Amino acid sequence: MDICLRGGRVIDPGRNFDSEADVLLQDGRVARIDKGIAAGLPATTKVLDVRGLWVAPGFIDLHTHLREPGQEYKEDIASGTRSAAAGGFTAVCAMPNTVPPNDCRAVTDLIVSRARAVGLTRVYPIGAVSKGQKGEELAEIGEMKDAGIVAISDDGRPVMNAELLRRAMEYARTFGLPLIQHCEDLMLSQGGSMNEGLVSTRAGIRAQPSTAESSMVARDIEICALTGARYHVAHVSTAASVALVREAKRRGLPVTCEVTPHHLTLTDEACAAYDTHAKCNPPLRAPGDQEALREGLRDGTIDAIATDHAPHSPIEKDVEFEQAAFGMIGLETALPLSLELVRAGVLSPSALVAVLSTRPAALLGLPGGSLAPGQIADVTVFDPEAPWTVEPARLQSRSKNTPFGGRQMSGRTALTIVAGRIVFAEEQRFA
Amino acid sequence: MSTFPQKHLLGTEKLSERELLTILDLGDRFTEIASRPIKKVPTLRGKTVVNLFLEASTRTRTSFEIAAKRLSADAINISGAASSTVKGETLLDTAHNIDAMSPDVVVVRHSQAGAADLLSRRIRAAVVNAGDGAHEHPTQALLDCSTIRAHKGKIAGLTVAICGDITHSRVARSNIFALVTLGAQVRVAGPRTLLPPGLAELGVAVHDRLEPALEGADVVMMLRIQKERFGTPLFPNTREYSRYFGLSEERLALAHPDAIVMHPGPMNRGVEIAPAVADGPRAVILEQVARGVAIRMAVLYLLAGGESGVE
Repeated sequence: MDICLRGGRVIDPGRNFDSEADVLLQDGRVARIDKGIAAGLPATTKVLDVRGLWVAPGFIDLHTHLREPGQEYKEDIASGTRSAAAGGFTAVCAMPNTVPPNDCRAVTDLIVSRARAVGLTRVYPIGAVSKGQKGEELAEIGEMKDAGIVAISDDGRPVMNAELLRRAMEYARTFGLPLIQHCEDLMLSQGGSMNEGLVSTRAGIRAQPSTAESSMVARDIEICALTGARYHVAHVSTAASVALVREAKRRGLPVTCEVTPHHLTLTDEACAAYDTHAKCNPPLRAPGDQEALREGLRDGTIDAIATDHAPHSPIEKDVEFEQAAFGMIGLETALPLSLELVRAGVLSPSALVAVLSTRPAALLGLPGGSLAPGQIADVTVFDPEAPWTVEPARLQSRSKNTPFGGRQMSGRTALTIVAGRIVFAEEQRFA
Repeated sequence: MSTFPQKHLLGTEKLSERELLTILDLGDRFTEIASRPIKKVPTLRGKTVVNLFLEASTRTRTSFEIAAKRLSADAINISGAASSTVKGETLLDTAHNIDAMSPDVVVVRHSQAGAADLLSRRIRAAVVNAGDGAHEHPTQALLDCSTIRAHKGKIAGLTVAICGDITHSRVARSNIFALVTLGAQVRVAGPRTLLPPGLAELGVAVHDRLEPALEGADVVMMLRIQKERFGTPLFPNTREYSRYFGLSEERLALAHPDAIVMHPGPMNRGVEIAPAVADGPRAVILEQVARGVAIRMAVLYLLAGGESGVE
């Protein structure tokens, strides 16, 4: 059925459009955007009143862990994409550290077909850089590309070996794929459970210096310059990393990066009382890092907000801090946390949509990210003010590992539309 | 007896000066019991203390056991493998099982920071931290303060040098927090590989060589090198460590003539402390051990809420 979204504030950064208008979606595509088109439509078109809400091209998460195959007790493609839809995401990029990892066509095929069967958001698999993500031999990147991967990454593990990274970048460039790196020099990080600084010293927790990240960013930028491959820093978290990416962009290198909502809104102080839900990798950093991340987002050094949605069960989290797994869920809290940055003056409404949709689409060459007529009808409608309190038990993700439980949020998804089909609708509003 | 406002003893960081002094004063009174022919009072009769030691320990476990028994509590010792996963049961499952048997106090030693904190949030019994990773070891700091006070008559205004492996030391952290709260001037010293970031913000003076830290100090506290916690080598070898960072008689001469020398044990003789110093007239190391029992009696008494018997 065709849909007309009537009277919302339509924000489409790619076309510099920010104005009240109706949006007509026909046959899975954006048909028209204009004032007053809702009036003269045939009865077969479903007209939804979205006055007071913001209408944006569907959000695209560059960094999601769906855990299928292999760790379905944490999350699977159905629960993960349900969580994504509830958070306003119309597409997620699935990191390859599943069990087995997505390092060959068979696994990629499985993810693609499961996502299609579930039929909620789009799922774009990311393939492993190396076989088994072991950092030794290249994975079958060409075949995975044919099966649908949109990038390569050994996420969760960095590619430590500089020679392998060089060859992976050259090979990825051959197939037109960017390489996404989890930057962490494992020799420097020494398995540290949090950021090294005053808080870790007080708490006596083995910690990793922020240099473990930035030194690898620096090395990788040089290898990017050597190979000319597109290079993307996952979840950038330190002031020094932001400065390095800024300089690389100034040099004209094909370097991009993303930041998570939690690194923008929490600091290492969240780990002071051993809350394992605040344990993530890269770890939450010092206030100065957070300020630099916000500045990087403001000046465009940071291209995208990505969740690093990392579901874990109580088996991994209800344990001693140093023993707990790294990561937190994020799909359903990303929008309100990002809106905090709009209220703080870091992002304009248009820039918010750009970092959640337009830029992620452009980085990976994905459809969407735009409401131009003819584009796929992937649309996110949200209330930028709606107040709510995070109750982990009520989130759609199978896992509840969020440090934001109890936090007062403002801003909530109202409608998530994928290819012209509603995959999430806020109950009270669209009963 | 005055009531103690804390349910648990997880560390010294959050204790007020008044709370620290309450424990120290009571510890002094319990010290007297050790000199009696019958070293037992009925104070905690009918109370149960579980010593849950999931990391190797001899003196601390023995000290808590003797403390509980001198107060007539029933003391049960549980020793386990280094980590709960080795045992195949989680720490919380172990703790819940113990808690189901209604102990009054659980004394926990664990290899990971925050373990005592975790238990305190999840079980009914009072929790005493007997050492959690590199975080805190509050009863050690309290017995150290007790020893210092016995020798110097006060803590406020004293200069205390804490030397050696600060990074891996829960004893250093608990002592820093307690001594700063009690008004001592605290200096820490060690090679930069063993000094964690942010120390100065804890209110201590930081030195990378021993000599300036020892200069005129009233108390010299040496720490054990905890090589078992090193990921990578943090100094070339024990010979060189001893040469630059060990407490020799010559270095000790820099301290105040009446300075006392402390060590939480177990000592690496000839590494961080020369045998002549460890066995010398300034060392109060065995007195620390003796006072440990009294301090732990005070802590168990305050948390288990018995009748003191030392009026």
